[in-house]
Order: sequence, then C-alpha cells, then structure tokens
Amino acid sequence: MPALRLAYRNVVGKGLRTWLNVAVLSLAYVLIIWHQGIFIGMLRHGSQAMIDYEVGGGQYWHRNYDPLDILSYDDAHGRIPAELSELISKGKATPILIRQAAIYPEARLHSVLLKGIDLSQTVLKIPSHHLKNDKEALPVLIGKRMAKRIAMKIDDYITIRWRDAKGTFDALEGKIVAIMDTPATAVDKGQLWVPLEALQKMVQLENEATLIVVGRDVVSIQDLPEWKFKEPDFLMRDIIEMVRGKRVGAAILYAVLLFLAMLAIFDTQVLAIFNRRKEIGTLMALGMSRGSVILLFTLEGAMNGILAMAVGAIYGIPLLVFTAQRGITLPEVTEEFGFAIPPKLFPFYSVGLIVGTVFIVSLTVTIVSFLPTRRILKMKPTDALRGKMS
Amino acid sequence: MKRIIIFVLLISAGSLHAEELTGKAILERVDGNMVARNRRVTSTMIIEGRRGTRTLQARSWVQGVEKAFTEYLSPPREKGTKMLKLQDQLWIYSPATDRTIKIAGHMLRRSLMGSDVSYEDYMEDPKLSNIYDAKLVGVERVQGRDCYLLDLTAKKENVAYYRRKIWIDKDRYLPLQENRFAKRGNLLKTFVINEVFKIEDRWYPKKMTFKDVMLKGSGTKFIIDSVEFDVEIPKYVFSKASLRR
Repeated sequence: MPALRLAYRNVVGKGLRTWLNVAVLSLAYVLIIWHQGIFIGMLRHGSQAMIDYEVGGGQYWHRNYDPLDILSYDDAHGRIPAELSELISKGKATPILIRQAAIYPEARLHSVLLKGIDLSQTVLKIPSHHLKNDKEALPVLIGKRMAKRIAMKIDDYITIRWRDAKGTFDALEGKIVAIMDTPATAVDKGQLWVPLEALQKMVQLENEATLIVVGRDVVSIQDLPEWKFKEPDFLMRDIIEMVRGKRVGAAILYAVLLFLAMLAIFDTQVLAIFNRRKEIGTLMALGMSRGSVILLFTLEGAMNGILAMAVGAIYGIPLLVFTAQRGITLPEVTEEFGFAIPPKLFPFYSVGLIVGTVFIVSLTVTIVSFLPTRRILKMKPTDALRGKMS
Repeated sequence: MKRIIIFVLLISAGSLHAEELTGKAILERVDGNMVARNRRVTSTMIIEGRRGTRTLQARSWVQGVEKAFTEYLSPPREKGTKMLKLQDQLWIYSPATDRTIKIAGHMLRRSLMGSDVSYEDYMEDPKLSNIYDAKLVGVERVQGRDCYLLDLTAKKENVAYYRRKIWIDKDRYLPLQENRFAKRGNLLKTFVINEVFKIEDRWYPKKMTFKDVMLKGSGTKFIIDSVEFDVEIPKYVFSKASLRR
C-alpha cells in the first residue's frame, strides 16, 4: 500500500509528461470501445433484420437451390413436403417460390427475381398482407431500394415477363400495391414479391416452393429427403464473417494507437530510471529489495493506465452513452453494401467489450512499464548512490 | 361432254390445291425456303440504342438447324468475338479476355451484343413446323404483296413463344412479318422483312428488322451482305477449339 501511495505521488509529480501519456492512452480506451461498439451494433442490427425479414428460425432449401448460383433457380422447386404442411397451416412456417423474370420500367429491361409469398404469413416481417388479389393486375410488393432503382411508386403498373416451368414466355401487368421500408437489402434489391398462389399458377408449379422459412419458435427440426435445413447461423455467416473481418481490420488502428501510447510509457520509464538512479540507490541502501523497487516503478507505469481509464471515463462515458442512445446517422451509400445497415446505427457496448478492452490495455501498459525496470536488477546500490549505471 | 370432263378435272385440281394449302403445308414451304443444309452468310447488324447507333459485321457458318458458328468482323471492339451453337448449347469467346463462356440459364435472356435479339432467339430452332401447329386464318396485304396469315400455336411445351402470327408472301414463301406473343397474348417481339433478294432459285431476306416491343428504340436491323447455300463447311468449325483460333 505505501508503494501504491508513493507510486501515485511520483506519477502525478511528473506533471505534463504523465498527462500526455494519460491523454493518448485514454483516447485508445475510448476509441477501441466506441469503434468495436459500432461493429457489434452493426452485427446485432444486421442479424436481427435478417432474422426478421429473411432467415426466420432457419430455412428448408430445396436440394437444387443454391442462392449463389442463379442458374440453379429454374430447377430449384419441389412439392411442399407433408411434414412441413402442418407447420405452414399453423403459421409456423412459410413457403417461398423463386423464379426469374424480366421487367420493363421505362421500356428498359431489368432482370429480377419473382418471389411468391403467402399473404397471411407472419413468420417474416415482409408486409405480404398488402398482396391482396386484384382482378385488374397482379399485386406486387417491392422494397424502397428497388422502387428507387426502377423509378416506381404505389399504383404504378409494370410489365412482367417470365418463363413457366416448361420454358414458355408469359407476360402480364403487375401493379405496385406497396413499397416496404426494410433494412434487409436481401429481400429488396432486384426482387418483386407477389402472392404465392398466383405465382404458382403463373409458372405452373402449383403447391411447389423453392424454400420454406420456419418460425423462430420451431424447435424440432430435421432434414427431409428433398429439403435440407439451414440453421440461422449458416444463413447469416456472410454478415458475421464480414463484421469479423472489419473488426480485425480495425485492430490495426488500435495497435497503432496502443503502440504510440506504449512507446511514450516505455520512454518515460527508461528516462525515470536514468534520472532517478540516486533515488533507486537510496531506496536500496535503506533496505528496500530490488523486487520492491521494480514493483514501485512498474506500479508507476501501470498507474498511467488507471489514470487513463479515469480520464477516458470522464469524456468517454457521455460520448458512448450519447451515441448509443441517439445512434449514428450513416450516409445513404452504405445501403449499397449488400446487407442490412440501418440509416441510423446504434452502437452496442457490452460488458465483455468494456472489461476486455480495459484488461488488454492495462495488461499491455503493465508489461511495457515492467520491461525497462529489469535494469534495476543489475544495479549496485553503491553505484546507484553515486549516480552511476552499473 | 368434253367440256364437262374438263370442268370436273379443273374443279378437282383446284380442291387438291386448296387441300395442300393448309397452314402446315405453307409453313413447311417457308421452312424449306429459309433453312438450308449448309450456308455461309456475311451480315451486318445495326443496333439503334439510346446512346446512338452501332454497326456490327459478322460472318456465320450454319449447318442445318443445330449447328452455327459466328465470328464478328467489326467494329474493332467486337472484332474476334465468336459464338458457337451446338444443339441447345451456346458458347461465346471474347478476345479481350481470351475466355470462352458458356451462356446458360438467365444469361440466355440477355441481349445479343446489345440488340433486340436475345441469345434465346439466336438459339431457337428455325424450323417452325417442328414446333408449331399452323392454322391458315386469311389472306392480307403486307408491304404491297398478298400474304397468307398464319396463326401458330406451340405444339410442344418448352417453346419460348406460345403463339405467333406470321404473314407469308404468297408467291415467295417468305415470312414478311411476324408477331411473337406470350402465353396470355401480350405481344413481345416483332420481325419484319423489309427487302428480299433472289439467290439460286430461292427468295431470301435481304434486310430485316427485329424489335422487342417492350423496349424503347426502333429495333435491330439485319442486312444479309452475302449468302452461299450448301457450301462445304469443315468439321472443325463447329468445335469449341475453333473459338480460340
């Protein structure tokens, strides 16, 4: 305890040098927590949006379905299995049929995916209830990004051309009945949502689907001969991997920042040992063991970390709380990233993130503070008292 | 008595001719005129787009209805691009990337070199009598010539255009105009022969216009610069190796 008090007095006594170290170190604390909080917030939001709009509690894929291979879509359809029909009738699962099509907004060709969804489904947040049967035209639901891309608004008509299951062209007029504002680009871009039953008739694939999304409350899940179940973690692996990659990339920034702080601390420690040779000699002459002197100097260095934590808390906590509550407005360009990013991103600071950051930074500071003090081991008290380094 | 016999004979000959002139018979004659055992064609394609007009020249070797090889000769940007059709498969070689790509699935729906023709249209079996039931529905005048109007309905399930209306020149058996419809009756594409020429006792299109009616623009024009029928085409032409030659 006296060593702690002495260490504190020495650190504060160094004046501006200490506070410069503390400032850089506190910036490292706040920046690491804030930056990582943004990534965690992004992941949480993206995952939730995907679960709400696309993934649900997992998906049964027809054995031919490969979302990365658009060529597979034409053959990726099969009869809805009896094992899942009961879940569907209870509203715990919803089938989706996917077919390729072309639309001609402003007389320009756009390739799109026609996705048939049940009107009464509640498994996904897609507002499929808007797709009420219309004698006039096929009701079509699109996302706001798609609406912007093809310059369409509600009540506009659009010519849709597709091929049925046998390969024959067919075409009809679709009417935009609703435009959904969804953070999930995966259910928005390049897609037209239409009533499942209507699409099945249009392409002559009655009672067939490409994939079946199950609800989050469905627990007993098993693979079926023609249908393979895909877990939510598998379906969201891209966003998880992407955020992980970004976090690793950001770690380089943290490393640079920490390196600067550690360099300053290391330098301060080396200078302190050199300048305080006589003090070290006196302490040892008074009976203090080398270990205790090393502990004192290490504590002085580590105290920079503790002070940085306190200083960082003074300006960091209000900043972090503010951004967590108000969110960070993102530029529109982030909508082009291909996954769910909200217009306002709310960072999330978990206890694990804060404790982990504090632990790593404190440990690094302590190690860096300790390294120069090893020199004390070689010091002879008599030389030190005379101001010599032995 | 002699006059009566001649009259009866003339009537019989007339009814025999009428029997022959079924939609099917007309379509078969058109196929006979348009499809050759082998042919070598040099053609020009004029694409009128939003950013201006592009003119492409190509040389093609065609064997029956199943094999075709096309090499683009100009403009410099497209020069050396080659296409090979073998039955229902299509490959494209691009000299810029030195790669051969198989065109399949949704890519077949894409436009051929930015024209109104899709790869699917290029791949289509040109022998219409193979895939359509034809019904003669009347006689109309098109481009100042008397034409049979045929209503074609797909007899197979995997036919791109379920229905077509074709106006066929009564004397030359050339489809002067053609409308292609979707299953629900929407007009999708039109094809017009603007000029014809006679070669080796057969009438053949000289200038044609192909138009995707859902797209803006005045369509894509094709001009046959030269055509030779029943020429010998070496076997290697219809091989994938010839794409990189």
